[in-house]
Amino acid sequence: MIVTRVIPCLLLRNQGLVKTVKFRQPKYLGDPINVVRIFNDKEVDELVLLDISATPERRGPQFDFIADLASECFMPLAYGGGVRSVDDVKRLCSLGVEKVAVNTHAVEHPEFVTAAAGVVGSSSVIVSIDVKRDFWGRYRVYTNGGRVATGLDPVVHAVEMERRGAGEILLNSIDRDGTMQGYDLDLIRRVTQAVGVPVVACGGAGRVEDLAAAVQEGGAAAAGAGSMFVFKGPHRAVLISYPPPDELRALLGELS
Amino acid sequence: MIVIVDYGMGNVGSIANMLRKVGSEAQISADHAVIAAASKLILPGVGAFDQGMHNLVERGLTPLLGRKVLEEKTPILGVCLGMQLFAKASEEGRCPGLGWLDATAVRFRPEASEGKLKVPHMGWNTLDPQRPHPLLEGLEAQARFYFVHSFHLVCTHPSLVLTRTSYGLPFVSSIAQDNILGVQFHPEKSHRFGMQLYRNFAHAAS
Repeated sequence: MIVTRVIPCLLLRNQGLVKTVKFRQPKYLGDPINVVRIFNDKEVDELVLLDISATPERRGPQFDFIADLASECFMPLAYGGGVRSVDDVKRLCSLGVEKVAVNTHAVEHPEFVTAAAGVVGSSSVIVSIDVKRDFWGRYRVYTNGGRVATGLDPVVHAVEMERRGAGEILLNSIDRDGTMQGYDLDLIRRVTQAVGVPVVACGGAGRVEDLAAAVQEGGAAAAGAGSMFVFKGPHRAVLISYPPPDELRALLGELS
Repeated sequence: MIVIVDYGMGNVGSIANMLRKVGSEAQISADHAVIAAASKLILPGVGAFDQGMHNLVERGLTPLLGRKVLEEKTPILGVCLGMQLFAKASEEGRCPGLGWLDATAVRFRPEASEGKLKVPHMGWNTLDPQRPHPLLEGLEAQARFYFVHSFHLVCTHPSLVLTRTSYGLPFVSSIAQDNILGVQFHPEKSHRFGMQLYRNFAHAAS
């Protein structure tokens, strides 16, 4: 019986862990090694680690630091941030990272997705897509940590990325990021209806019921969340949490 | 010394990390002398079947592994694609496999589940043991493991099958044939459950 994955998505800013609101105001949470250890103890399904300062600072992944984090992860680990070459992908996979996420570089060089999948296999290549509504209310893809508008429709982009070899889509709503007001189910539905590969929904989860909605109403294969697993209470005190497996199973049901 | 065969297919770092955690140092190597001296072997693997066979052949490892496993009876654990390579062939490719098991790898047929299930089978799932085996010792019934694969083994003789797992239909999730062990899931990414499995493999007398 397979259970839907629930995935904490953690943001790195250099070597510190942060959480943003709408991709802005990064609030410092603590030492990533500690937080990864806590999530490991809580036996989370999977972990996504995104270095949000890599591309804006025009640098690549911090390999040694990622290796230290990976050595604490006895669950699948995805890493994204500044990945720009097949060598980056290979090196990350040799350090103990299962899945490599590409975002900006996949928009600029879609053929890179095919090359990466050719080397490490599709199931190890995630294309991460950051989406915001534009002035006219249309969903549009943004790159460089939400700073650069591409004009791309996320559904068209997701389909193209799947065709290029992406094994999974990490779909982030910039508008909902850090708000804990619930996922953008309309966005999730549009993308999940268009692609065959698993979609990990991210952005907006505030309660366990939101996780279920992303899957049951949105059609997502997995539910990702940040704030919900790192903050507690109205003042957003830092406290790492993760629902126990029984609660998740009862809520999300099982696929047989 | 346990040797993790490094043939450019798979997350060798994760396996070494977990073996260290259970108190066994392992060496990651493609060196013939190192592999020849190994007390136990692990064949990891993520990726395509033909690429995996091609990489083994290119490194001249197929005769050496065959001698170690079939003649010297060195215990070997195949993980994911590593286990599938033990088979005779795969629907995924044209290359023959190592042929140690009377089995072939076939693709999941999602249509059998009315399109509800996606391929690859990706996520956490449980094991249904078909017989007792030291590799499974200490695993509770609720033990869950991380899977990511589009192909699975079909064995001619059910006696090979160690566990089955349900995804649409039950499929072979691990095998054991004398010194040849294989798991379709990734114990190195399966928390304390996978740790227990590696501990069982690492600490068994060879």
